[in-house]
Amino acid sequence: MLNDFMIRALFAGLGVVLAAAPLGCFVVWRRMAFFGAATAHAAVLGVALSLAMSISVFVGVLAISLLMAIMVTLLSNRGYAMDTLLGVMAHASLAFGLVAVSFVTDVRIDLMAYLFGDILAVGRSDLAIIWGGAGLVLLLTMWRWQALLLSTVSEDLAYAQGVNPQREALILTLSLAIVVAVAIKVVGVLLIAALLIIPAAAARLISRTPERMALGAAAIGAFSVAAGLWGSWHLDTPTGPTIVCAAAILFALLSVIARPLSARFAR
Amino acid sequence: MAMSANIMNASQQPLLRAQGLNIEIAGRHVLEQIDLDLMRGEIVTIVGPNGSGKSTLLRALIGAIEPTSGHVRQASGLRIGYVPQRLHIDPTLPLTVRRFFNLPGRHSRQAIDDALARAGIEGRGETPMTGLSGGQFQRALMARALLDNPDVLMLDEASQGLDQTGTADFYRQIEEVRNTVGCAVLMVSHDLHVVMRAADRVICLNHHICCQGLPEAVSAAPEYRALFGSVDEEALALFRHDPHHHPHGGHEHHGAEFHQTEHDDAQ
Ligand SMILES: Nc1ncnc2c1ncn2[C@@H]1O[C@H](COP(=O)(O)OP(=O)(O)OP(=O)(O)O)[C@@H](O)[C@H]1O
Ligand SMILES: [Mg+2]
Repeated sequence: MLNDFMIRALFAGLGVVLAAAPLGCFVVWRRMAFFGAATAHAAVLGVALSLAMSISVFVGVLAISLLMAIMVTLLSNRGYAMDTLLGVMAHASLAFGLVAVSFVTDVRIDLMAYLFGDILAVGRSDLAIIWGGAGLVLLLTMWRWQALLLSTVSEDLAYAQGVNPQREALILTLSLAIVVAVAIKVVGVLLIAALLIIPAAAARLISRTPERMALGAAAIGAFSVAAGLWGSWHLDTPTGPTIVCAAAILFALLSVIARPLSARFAR
Repeated sequence: MAMSANIMNASQQPLLRAQGLNIEIAGRHVLEQIDLDLMRGEIVTIVGPNGSGKSTLLRALIGAIEPTSGHVRQASGLRIGYVPQRLHIDPTLPLTVRRFFNLPGRHSRQAIDDALARAGIEGRGETPMTGLSGGQFQRALMARALLDNPDVLMLDEASQGLDQTGTADFYRQIEEVRNTVGCAVLMVSHDLHVVMRAADRVICLNHHICCQGLPEAVSAAPEYRALFGSVDEEALALFRHDPHHHPHGGHEHHGAEFHQTEHDDAQ
């Protein structure tokens, strides 16, 4: 018999990985992995802010992640070297966030819960927020799918066919901030990027079209959540990291299996 | 020619108009005071040395670069078929040729198969874009640009890497769409003697428009000769070669006579 909190944890995890799947594909295709990490790390600053101002953590994290994402986008348009810049901003915001959290002395908080997530403590209202945010991201990416894909293939081809790639990039940025905000409770800021990238990377090994890769990422993500919950229950390990471990093991298995598989298809 | 003249007269409004276009990139003037009208049914070729701003001009015309001053006006609902000079598709993006052709608008299976057959890459629909050879890739780009029945074809060195039949097909296709669909063609090419044969109008670009007009007039213009002079003697000789005029012309004689005609033309 599954416990109530386990069911809630399962649904919370599923909500996050479903939204993260198509978005994670774009993160991989557009080489935004570090961008995702930077946005996620900035979330700690959002946590500190929400605790200090006693507003919803979801709102604070969403605001700061969005700010971070937009700032990085603007700076990179000015021609700064992207990876160095992201490295500076990601770790700076993480460090400032951790320092800022320590200032909020009247609230005793478990920092680990924000760094690594606390999926087993997801309540009903958390679940509503997670599914609301995840649903919004899914709708956004599905609605803009063709335009997003074309902008990813080539910004110039997009412009030529009346699609504004900057607007599409903004939609991705917004979606990324939302996913970070809803995923913080599930896997924590340090592992959000993993949940975006690992299922997508694993799905790439067995996909021939972008759609199959997105669906594959969703399936692999969902399986990882289930396996991670099961594993952490039996091994008594932290749940968020166990989910990511499950995804990583799947990735490793697929890369071993997929090579002879794709070779057979190619023949 | 008569056909294209008819189409040109039929619609007075240019499909595309650039007025006083100035573009600065990183503080350098890449394009200065470009005025350009593109009429229905005309084939316009841009020639110019490397780095003279040809690609930049095309990208400004499709709206990918915001001009520093001046403006570009496209006829409303203008459909542009664009073949970029370079297109890198990230290997993490699984994209078959068919899927690429279905971006952003969907096409029937039959329409795509026909387009592939016309482009000489029959049955390549399920091949990943990254699995095409350089020439096949160019053929695919061209086929995709033609798929939407464009009003304007913009080709940035689109015949690069094509084999002999490929090049012949390429110019035949351009003539064909101009004559049947009546679309305008704006292309960049370094293949001077083909340019001189295939174009209605040649624009000689070196950050500004040096000279433009009928191929014969441009090739005689001193501005053009200053840019291409020595390189172009042979191409020009090929183009001008007319057996009826000097059936027995010896080498020295031929050269002298050639210069003479050249001189007359310039006046
Ligand atoms: N993104 C960019 N950043 C900086 N400079 C650029 C950029 N794009 C173009 N330029 C500069 O603008 C000038 C024109 O470039 P462009 O690509 O339009 O030349 P081109 O005529 O197409 O040359 P080619 O024949 O080699 O294709 C070049 O001097 C180039 O250095
Ligand atoms: Mg160029």
